[in-house]
Amino acid sequence: MNRKLIGVTALLLSIPFYAQADAVSDLEAEYQAQGGTNSSATAGEALWNKEFIDAKKGDKRSCTKCHTADLKKPGKHARTGKAIEPMAPTVNPKRLTEVKQIKKWFVRNCKWTLGRECTAQEKGDFLAYLKNL
Amino acid sequence: MKSKSSVASMVLLSAALLGMSSAAFSADNKPGFFSRMFDGEKAPGVAPVKNPQYLEECGSCHFPYQPGLLPARSWKKVMSGLEDHFGENAELPPEDVKNITDYMLKNAADHADYKRSKRIMSSLRADGAPLRISETPYFIEKHNELSRAMVQDNPKVGSVSRCGTCHTMAETGSFSESEIQIPGFGAWED
Repeated sequence: MNRKLIGVTALLLSIPFYAQADAVSDLEAEYQAQGGTNSSATAGEALWNKEFIDAKKGDKRSCTKCHTADLKKPGKHARTGKAIEPMAPTVNPKRLTEVKQIKKWFVRNCKWTLGRECTAQEKGDFLAYLKNL
Repeated sequence: MKSKSSVASMVLLSAALLGMSSAAFSADNKPGFFSRMFDGEKAPGVAPVKNPQYLEECGSCHFPYQPGLLPARSWKKVMSGLEDHFGENAELPPEDVKNITDYMLKNAADHADYKRSKRIMSSLRADGAPLRISETPYFIEKHNELSRAMVQDNPKVGSVSRCGTCHTMAETGSFSESEIQIPGFGAWED
């Protein structure tokens, strides 16, 4: 009776991790199919910290501007001041669990930061970097 | 045998009851006529947002402004330009844009039976469609006693666009003066 209970509890507690594993692996497969080669967490980290200059307004932009470079800490929207929950899944288990959410933020934030959509390679690299934090 | 005056008073009574009932039976979940009249339960200044999709998509970067704070024509403009949303990219998949826009238009200030909605609407020029609530004449008048020290130069505030920073009950749709707490300054004293 006790072992069953422990087993069921363990199974239930691992659901968030399954959710994340599912969403990330689904997307990684998608990006590979779109031409991304082996994704690199190092490349993802470098891209995260890279500074881009906006073509129209000339201001400096990077992921760290809102999310900071320490992804276990909360960030802050550079313009509105709104608090942003930490990106690191180990600290914030809701991160990287929904494909739709991940895709939405890739569209918005790549376009705003890089001035264009991220390539499949870049998205794969970002996921490789973020998923183990 | 009914006299003329008793028929007349029946007609009057029925008319009064009918008239009151349309106010009493309102479809928007606002505390009803009788709750407000007899229980002292006040409706907030603007209809609070209950739509989870709206809260998620329009509240993750800034205060989730209630649709009842601008006319439908303003919201249409906002929702048709999400790639450049006040300098940010707020793009969404088309079905989400449609669902959220529908919600906003349905709850826009034009036909909202809430005090702030009505005041904002009557303060606008005929087809004025400001993109910012803070550009409506009603808003400007209501905030015209604020100093720069309290807002723009206040590191804890920064802008009148950050409703929730000072209006402690803003997310419930209430912007009453008595609920204001300006960070670094305290309650609003007239």
